[in-house]
Amino acid sequence: MKFHMTIAAIALAALMPPGEAAALQESGDPLASARWGEMEKTLLAGAPMLFDPRVKVVAPSTAENPMQVPVTVDATGLASVVEVIVFADFNPIVQVLRFFPDTALAYLGFRVKLQQSTPVRAAVRTADGVWHVGGTWVNTVGGGCTAPTGTAGNKDWQQRLNMVSGRQWSEGPNAGRVRLRIEHPMDTGLVAGTPAFHLEELDFRDAAGRHLMRVQTFEPVSENPVFTLNRGANDGAVEASGRDNNGNAFKARIAP
Amino acid sequence: MMKWLAGLFGLLVAASLHAAEFDYALKPERVADGVYAFVGRSEDFTPANGGNIVNTGFIVAPGGLIVIDSGPSLRYGQQMRQAMAVVGGQPLALVINTHHHPDHFLGNQAFAGASIAALPATMQGIATEGNAFAENLFRLTGDWMKGTEVVVPTRSLVAGPVEIAGRRLRLIALDGHTGADLAIYDEASGVLFAGDLVFNGRAPTTPHADVAHWLAALDKLESITRESGFSALVPGHGAIARDAAPIRQTRAWLNWLQGAMRQAAREGLDMNEVLARPLPAEFAGLPVAPSEYRRSVGHLFPAAEQEALGAAR
Repeated sequence: MKFHMTIAAIALAALMPPGEAAALQESGDPLASARWGEMEKTLLAGAPMLFDPRVKVVAPSTAENPMQVPVTVDATGLASVVEVIVFADFNPIVQVLRFFPDTALAYLGFRVKLQQSTPVRAAVRTADGVWHVGGTWVNTVGGGCTAPTGTAGNKDWQQRLNMVSGRQWSEGPNAGRVRLRIEHPMDTGLVAGTPAFHLEELDFRDAAGRHLMRVQTFEPVSENPVFTLNRGANDGAVEASGRDNNGNAFKARIAP
Repeated sequence: MMKWLAGLFGLLVAASLHAAEFDYALKPERVADGVYAFVGRSEDFTPANGGNIVNTGFIVAPGGLIVIDSGPSLRYGQQMRQAMAVVGGQPLALVINTHHHPDHFLGNQAFAGASIAALPATMQGIATEGNAFAENLFRLTGDWMKGTEVVVPTRSLVAGPVEIAGRRLRLIALDGHTGADLAIYDEASGVLFAGDLVFNGRAPTTPHADVAHWLAALDKLESITRESGFSALVPGHGAIARDAAPIRQTRAWLNWLQGAMRQAAREGLDMNEVLARPLPAEFAGLPVAPSEYRRSVGHLFPAAEQEALGAAR
């Protein structure tokens, strides 16, 4: 394993600017988290991995609202991204989401609930089977996963469940961008008397039915989630569909 | 026994040391004849300032003292009472809470026994959210908050002219900073206590803001400053003013903030990109502007975003 890793690191370093190559690390968590070992074992299952500065995870260093912490994962600096796992070491539910950027860029913006200060990380698997890990610490006063959602106090939430609004941008600096908002309580199951109730799958396709991106979402994704994707060249409508863990489905067409 | 006594002595020393440390150094500033304000710092809540970032005030009325807001903690309320006693030994006539934010009502406990009044929605807000606010202030300021408990006002106020303790006041019920914001105009002195509808030389806070309502409220307050009797404006935060400049400053911030959120949402920005935007030169030097901007993005961007994404279907 060690031998294999070193080959992978040398091969990668050869393709990178010297500054970034120097930051590649096979061991020694740059975020110095006591939970890293367990994260690696459970989520990456012994597959080869590198801490890679090309995996950019953007989040505020201090979260003003632990129920809605904005996170942007940008792995567009890597070629042939197959899968991205987003997780938070110290969250009671560690996994936030997974996404598969099929023909879209390896980029996703969303918001998460955090229970306490924690690294928020993205592990990016490239076609060669290597996981590239990046992340950032977010400090929070907590309570994000065990606090009731706003939906709990909203009487007509059932009528609005899975309602979708969305838009594409075809011009300007954000051309190719797709944003989607889904009304869903995203209950974690950690609030007494409220079972877990959350979106599980989202699927974005182009007008021809080709996958742009698939997303698997878990409990820590924030209530009424908003996703920001980049499909690259804007070419026609986006068909978004998905379902939650109770089988409630949604389908929406986002016109160009 | 000796050990026990020594321990007790140690505790007493520690307690007296703390008593000296937890001094808000409240000094009443004279606003007009018989009208005073305690002006707090233009900072965020910290363990160093103990939450003394707020303005409170009082009016020496013929029938006693009318107190406007009670500060962020029991200690603040107690020290406020001591500082008021230096100005005049009158009894308390009424304590008013302008709105349900913790730095304005958590000193109520020090005024137990006096009548404490607020708009009905403010009373309800204190009853339902007060404890969570107090916990948060414990976290932000630490032991300054020791012993502080929420005391909900029991007398509800109605908008309009009223005579309290022999002093004619105009109670102006507005909203926008929170769901219920009370401004108080003292007819005799021409002093307008604006509560947190007006910030002076400090970026406004927006956790419960409705910006459109807030802007409408500012127009109403500005019309009062044009009355011939107007003499001074006491904002909820920042220095006392003799004109409407703080109202214009608060309005300019809110207009910019709302416009910036809408523009960012229309351009398709993600929340992290909105957070990363620089402040315009006009506000870059305003105290606590960067931190209030970050908080306000969290409070206001989701609604702007929803508007830009169109109707849900």
